[in-house]
Amino acid sequence: MLDKEGIAKRIAKEIKDGYYVNLGIGIPTLVANYIPDEVDVILQSENGLLGMGLFPFEGEEDPDTINAGKQTITRLPGSAVFDSALSFGMIRAKKVNLTILGAMEVSENGDIANWKIPGKMVKGMGGAMDLVASAENIIVAMQHVNKAGESKLLPNCTLPLTGVNCVKKIVTELAVLDVLPQGGFRLVERAPGVTVEEIKKATAGKLIIDGEVPEMVI
Amino acid sequence: MNKVVSGADEAIRDIEDGHTLMLGGFGMCGLPEKTILALVKKGVKDLTCISNNAGVDDFGIGLLLHRRQVKKMISSYVGENAEFERQLLSGELEVELIPQGTLATRCMAAGYGMPAIFTPAGIGTEVAEGKEVRNFNGKDYLMEMAFDADFAIVKAWKGDRLGNLVYRSTARNFNPVMAMAGKVTIAEVEELVEPGELDPDNIHTPGIYVHRIFKGENYEKRIEQRTVRKRNQL
Repeated sequence: MLDKEGIAKRIAKEIKDGYYVNLGIGIPTLVANYIPDEVDVILQSENGLLGMGLFPFEGEEDPDTINAGKQTITRLPGSAVFDSALSFGMIRAKKVNLTILGAMEVSENGDIANWKIPGKMVKGMGGAMDLVASAENIIVAMQHVNKAGESKLLPNCTLPLTGVNCVKKIVTELAVLDVLPQGGFRLVERAPGVTVEEIKKATAGKLIIDGEVPEMVI
Repeated sequence: MNKVVSGADEAIRDIEDGHTLMLGGFGMCGLPEKTILALVKKGVKDLTCISNNAGVDDFGIGLLLHRRQVKKMISSYVGENAEFERQLLSGELEVELIPQGTLATRCMAAGYGMPAIFTPAGIGTEVAEGKEVRNFNGKDYLMEMAFDADFAIVKAWKGDRLGNLVYRSTARNFNPVMAMAGKVTIAEVEELVEPGELDPDNIHTPGIYVHRIFKGENYEKRIEQRTVRKRNQL
């Protein structure tokens, strides 16, 4: 089973040289730490920055330089700053190659819910609705089951949707799964030490298993 | 032409109960903190505030929320603000949550003189309820109307007395598009300079959009999530 860092490490392998990547809040933010040096990527932060760098050294925090998670960050050489409308312009125009975000639920046809639990919790959708409506390559990073032990990979989402038919890949502490265009979660890899049976038990939506499922290498 | 006013109190002299305000900033970054304090002091109420977030409990728009000066918030993200979330869930505060890109682009449309935009954000979700959907090249888009705000209140790094503005780093965020969208735009700046001191090739907001400008003193510029790395880390 993977911890959060493990999920981030596995997702980092999906990032290709030359990509512009948008990382959501939470586990996706950690992915930046595991992108190999030889893979040249530029991180987009939807509050208006291309070329997001590491956290600043202690004492060098700049309140004017933050990421979409409102964390202090640095700007890399060659970075560019722009306003929020332009930021979502480049997202809508599909210039960003990969979007990685968290979710509360994903359905077997690729619907995602991640912004509201009616009557209990409202965070707001932030930029997630814009990102999932336009991005062609969306990976969800999340836990396979919620705190109550219920599967987050469902036949249909029960929570208010963020976007429909958009998630392509999911990485959880148990597995890597592709969301198939015709519907269903295809099991691609198992996390170290996790059995297919355990993944079956934790997946409420339609799980598709083609032959041997390899253990992931991270 | 001189758009300089003495300070925040003069800048907001005609903001009254029930007005619709746009407020720049992303979290607490690039927030017009001096004008917000003046609004708190003036005590205007029943405001509709269009702003990406609502500050935190004791800073930014959170101060207006605490004093119940806000009737309605139009935002994209309310996380990290316990009082906002409480007023929302209890129904005390009217809240319209909209996608962040839609929020920015509805401001942009107003500043560009366009009545509406089409965006795929929110298709198939509750955001689409009651809105016109148009299909272009096989994909559905929502029609979203340009914002109509009485005042836009923005924070810039530098400005001159003609109202030309320059922002610094990611404190730019919503400020330029909101500056363009208000019927009356108020800009507070860290440095007020003479015309000619700002490079015309690097003006972010042309002064035509700005009606009042003042220099704010002693910016607090709070940090919401202070994240750092140690010197010995990579």
